[in-house]
Amino acid sequence: MDLSRARLAVASIAVAICVPLVAARAAAAPFENTMAQRMQACTGCHGAQGRAASDGYYPRIAGKPAQYLFNQLVSFRDGRRDYALMTNLLAPLDDAYLREIAEHFASLEIPYPPPQPANASVDTLSRGEQLVMRGDSALRLPACVACHGTALMGVAPAVPALIGMPRDYLNAQLGAWRTGKRHAPGPDCMAQIAQRLAPQDISALSQWLAAQPVPAPAKPAASLPAPMPLECGGTGAPR
Amino acid sequence: MSRPNRWIGWIGGTLVLLITIALLLAALVAWLNVRGEEPVDAAPPRGATAEQIERGAYLARAANCMGCHTARGGTPYTGGRAVPTPFGDVYAPNLTPDAATGIGGWSDSQFWRALHHGRSRDGRLLYPAFPYPNYTHIERADADAIHAYLRSLAPVHQPNRPHELRFPFDQQAALAVWRALYFRAAPFEPNPARSAAWNRGAYLVEGLGHCNACHASRNVLGATSNPLDLAGGLIPVQNWYAPSLASPWEAGVAQWPAADVVALLKTGVAPRASVSGPMSEVVLGSTQHLNASDLDAMADYLRALPPGNAVAPVDPDPPYRPGTVGAKLYEQHCVACHGEQGEGVRGAYPALARNRAVLLDSTANLVHIVLEGGFAPSTPGNPRPFGMPPFATVLNDNEVAALLTFMRASWGNQAPPVSAVEVGRFRSTSR
Repeated sequence: MDLSRARLAVASIAVAICVPLVAARAAAAPFENTMAQRMQACTGCHGAQGRAASDGYYPRIAGKPAQYLFNQLVSFRDGRRDYALMTNLLAPLDDAYLREIAEHFASLEIPYPPPQPANASVDTLSRGEQLVMRGDSALRLPACVACHGTALMGVAPAVPALIGMPRDYLNAQLGAWRTGKRHAPGPDCMAQIAQRLAPQDISALSQWLAAQPVPAPAKPAASLPAPMPLECGGTGAPR
Repeated sequence: MSRPNRWIGWIGGTLVLLITIALLLAALVAWLNVRGEEPVDAAPPRGATAEQIERGAYLARAANCMGCHTARGGTPYTGGRAVPTPFGDVYAPNLTPDAATGIGGWSDSQFWRALHHGRSRDGRLLYPAFPYPNYTHIERADADAIHAYLRSLAPVHQPNRPHELRFPFDQQAALAVWRALYFRAAPFEPNPARSAAWNRGAYLVEGLGHCNACHASRNVLGATSNPLDLAGGLIPVQNWYAPSLASPWEAGVAQWPAADVVALLKTGVAPRASVSGPMSEVVLGSTQHLNASDLDAMADYLRALPPGNAVAPVDPDPPYRPGTVGAKLYEQHCVACHGEQGEGVRGAYPALARNRAVLLDSTANLVHIVLEGGFAPSTPGNPRPFGMPPFATVLNDNEVAALLTFMRASWGNQAPPVSAVEVGRFRSTSR
């Protein structure tokens, strides 16, 4: 019937108009009184749920060891790490909340995307691999795996993963330690190490690390097989 | 008398006159700098009672001494934080009782002179970045209690960092002239026509709390007009606008229930506002620690502030129109939290519709907030604040301007557009 056809037409037009509206509304998640909702200040740069991939600059924070994240939050707030946006953001927050933030992101288990393809020579990559896996005794450089775990996925509770991070971020952090822009609670073992690294070695390390796929399970190790070769203040509670 | 002699006599006479005037002016300046001072008693302070120390700790919170006298991440009260001024950086000194680098050798009377007269132990004039134009109102017993508390801290050997001020502002003579022009030591004068609570509030707001160190405009030489002026001002160098505490169109609270004023000072959030930027520091370091009767007193005083010469904004004709670029950016970055009608989420995200902070003439705070994002301070009353991400690396000056212009002309808001030049100016001071 004509009338029902007209009704159908009106209904389909209404549906056509309403569906995109509903879809648009569905895209914006409803408000929830949760940590995830509170942490929208972080996910703008660190990716949804802190999952930032290795193609940008900002480091992934999801699934990092809780004490490591807490140490970094305190260091930004208290000026041991130098990045104005982070410092301003964290300035009004107390230790209890920073700990809750750290534990929130540490508890998130989110799959890692594949790594960025390496764009360096074979020599550079093999130098990178050598430094990471074996260190360089002539330069008194311990292997990265000696502290960051044999799988390089970090060690609970305070040593971070080196795999799954953006190359630019790794470069910037080692550079900042080398030039005294980044600090950890003393003794600042990473500062000692970075100061022994030549710029081309930093680049080789970052190139190799950023090109490695994330192993399964993508979690920090529970412990190290042997004691750390250096004393690191950052692996305990911050002062 | 020959002609050359007459010239010499004339020049000599003028010189003598000028020198005399200069000397008289110098004497006047010198007198204005020390008048009203009693002789300083250098005898070391007698032992303090536990009660006095506890009271001093509380008063030091009310005065937020630690806020400036602690470097970021540093040991409390050891100084080293820069107070940026248009004339250079003034570094807050070590207030721990270390004899060599702190105030370990100070007498009560010398401490009092610093607060009340703005002069150091050795007689040097202090820079008013140390807000003695306000602290001059602190009562002697309160000054002694604060001193007793500071003496009870562990001494820390930390040499003071010299100020980095440009010539001539680094000269004591220049400071003497400034003080002669703008500073008078004066005790707090209670107003007998007002209640005890109002007077306590006045003492806290004008004296210890030194609210008008930010909430008042400064002249070209960095002076505020008087401690009663709370008409708002742009904080130099930091470029946050500390809104008027009197104007109903800025941050005046005459229309608020007293409980909301107390909540804002105690927790950092209230039904119609939350603190941000430098005020977060104030809540964090100072007002959240104040007791209920003092917060009530401050609310009493602030709610009774006369609106002064604040004028209502006039609706523009033709009305400001929200732009489409801004609307699109709002949809993309803001709507999820602040809502389609700028309604926000109560207790989490501020409403933007009819929000005084959005409509302020000065757009400094809006630019800071969009670029830097932020959390309200975490306080026992609001321990897990919601946060806003920084957009400094996401939006360029044109986009921030378009977005703010949209927000200021939507949902019943009618405030002037924001230019990219303004955004750029504030971005350059944002850190």
